[in-house]
Amino acid sequence: MSSIVYGHFTDELDLLDAVKELQEKGIKIADVRTPFPVHGLDTALNLRRSRLPKVAFIAGAVGGTLGMLFQIWVFTVGWPLNIGGKPQLAIPSFIPVAFELTVLFAAFAMGIAFLLRSNLGPGQIPDILDEDVTNDHFQVILSEKNNQVTEPELIEALKAAGALDVKHVNSTK
Amino acid sequence: MEKQNIQEPVPFQFNQKIKKWLLIAAGIGLLALLWGILITQAPASRIWANLWMNALMFLFLGLGALFFWTVNSLGESTWQINFQRVLEAMALTIPFAGLFLILAFPGMGSIFEWTHTEHHDEILSEKSAYLNIPFWMVRFAIYFIAWSFFAFYLRKISVKNDFEPRETYLKKTRSTSGWFMVFFAVSSSMAAWDWLMSIDAHWFSTLYGWYIFSGMFVSALSVIIIITVAFKKFNILPNVNREHLHDLGKFLFGFSIFWAYLWISQFLLIWYANIPEETIYYITRKEHFNDLFYLNVGINFLFPFLALMTRNAKRQTTYLAIIALVVLLGHYLDLYLAIFPGAVGHEAASIGLLEIGLPFFYLAAFLTIFFVVFGKAKPVPQNHPYLIESSSYENI
Repeated sequence: MSSIVYGHFTDELDLLDAVKELQEKGIKIADVRTPFPVHGLDTALNLRRSRLPKVAFIAGAVGGTLGMLFQIWVFTVGWPLNIGGKPQLAIPSFIPVAFELTVLFAAFAMGIAFLLRSNLGPGQIPDILDEDVTNDHFQVILSEKNNQVTEPELIEALKAAGALDVKHVNSTK
Repeated sequence: MEKQNIQEPVPFQFNQKIKKWLLIAAGIGLLALLWGILITQAPASRIWANLWMNALMFLFLGLGALFFWTVNSLGESTWQINFQRVLEAMALTIPFAGLFLILAFPGMGSIFEWTHTEHHDEILSEKSAYLNIPFWMVRFAIYFIAWSFFAFYLRKISVKNDFEPRETYLKKTRSTSGWFMVFFAVSSSMAAWDWLMSIDAHWFSTLYGWYIFSGMFVSALSVIIIITVAFKKFNILPNVNREHLHDLGKFLFGFSIFWAYLWISQFLLIWYANIPEETIYYITRKEHFNDLFYLNVGINFLFPFLALMTRNAKRQTTYLAIIALVVLLGHYLDLYLAIFPGAVGHEAASIGLLEIGLPFFYLAAFLTIFFVVFGKAKPVPQNHPYLIESSSYENI
């Protein structure tokens, strides 16, 4: 059983300053939760870049290829129809459908991958420590487990960095 | 944050070295023109079409930059402030583009078939209410007076703000940009009909104006990227960083796809409907310019699509500038395919010293005007309320 300490900020610039201040003191930050993306936070926390673009590329390539191959199969082998005397293998007319399938596959794969990766899938209970974070507060979370210092010291450090509503909870995670 | 420290730019100097290189480039262009006239003895239509093509590309760079500038002002965006003076100086080349187009006016007869009313062409005489020389000239004058007015007025406000900053300038810039956008929406399409689509006057396409606009915007973006990268290297724009180039790269990537979208939309519908009066446009290009026809799609869509897809590609400044240069050449080819098959015909059209050399003259003229205008004001807008934000933003 380890405990978690968190504090709130009401301004994104204060948050960025506090993150840097805490890191200079050698305190490791477990997570930061914000109601909207904050410029510069990812680099400040040294987060790895998201792999979502790769998912999008692979899914898009699969969708485009499948869309093209399916139409080629349908119009030449599966059910050849004479449409206005056009050649059976009418590649230009396959492009819109292949394009749409590229977008469809990429969009669905990105949505599903994002939901799975951030534990937001159906039936999952979001792990929200404080409801204010869904409105206008920026939350810095410190974990006792990651740091060599004790809980009161973490609370002190957060308060010194200008955090409001510093609270601690016991976590089983 | 350290990024918020705004660095003082190295003042730009239009020095003898640059002037010498520009003179050499202009000389190459003129020599190519003389070579084409005297040694190749190119037919008149090919000479005039070359002058027309280069003057139009010259215009596209300025007009595209003016569009980019106003669209950012209209959206009250902040990121472009650091390199806005590049857009301003490019936009002020518009009146000179008008002069270069006027230089090609004596060749109208060989470029535009509809100017010959004596042949009694049934389709062309039906179109003569719109396609006649006096009305065409009036439209030409209206476009250039209005575009130049907007460019000069916006530039005036921007430079005034350097010396006596006023809050109202921001609002004025925004509302003027709005009026420009309304005018541009109509005039860019109509100019494309007047100056390019009417070369093949029997043929028409309803999305042609947009197609030309997308090519224009991509060409202008390429030049904006190349100039910005070069100025960053020489510390003339020290506050331009990877974030700005990343976003410019995204624009180049996105609008190359937009161009391809319009290209395929135009081609697909005409190919599918298979109506002779429409397919003639593509038949002339496919039969006699087949390699260039496919190269056009490859260089303007597949190449930037694959080369600019990753994040790192857009953030490597030199790499981005090289891609931009290739795309710019690609859009030269696109313009060539729009003009030459109709204006010159496949027997006389070719790509020789004339086509390769003459653009250097227009490049030198463009850069001379650009450098003179750029040197007249500070390289970065002073006292601009958005300057700090422009220097410290980051892509997520």
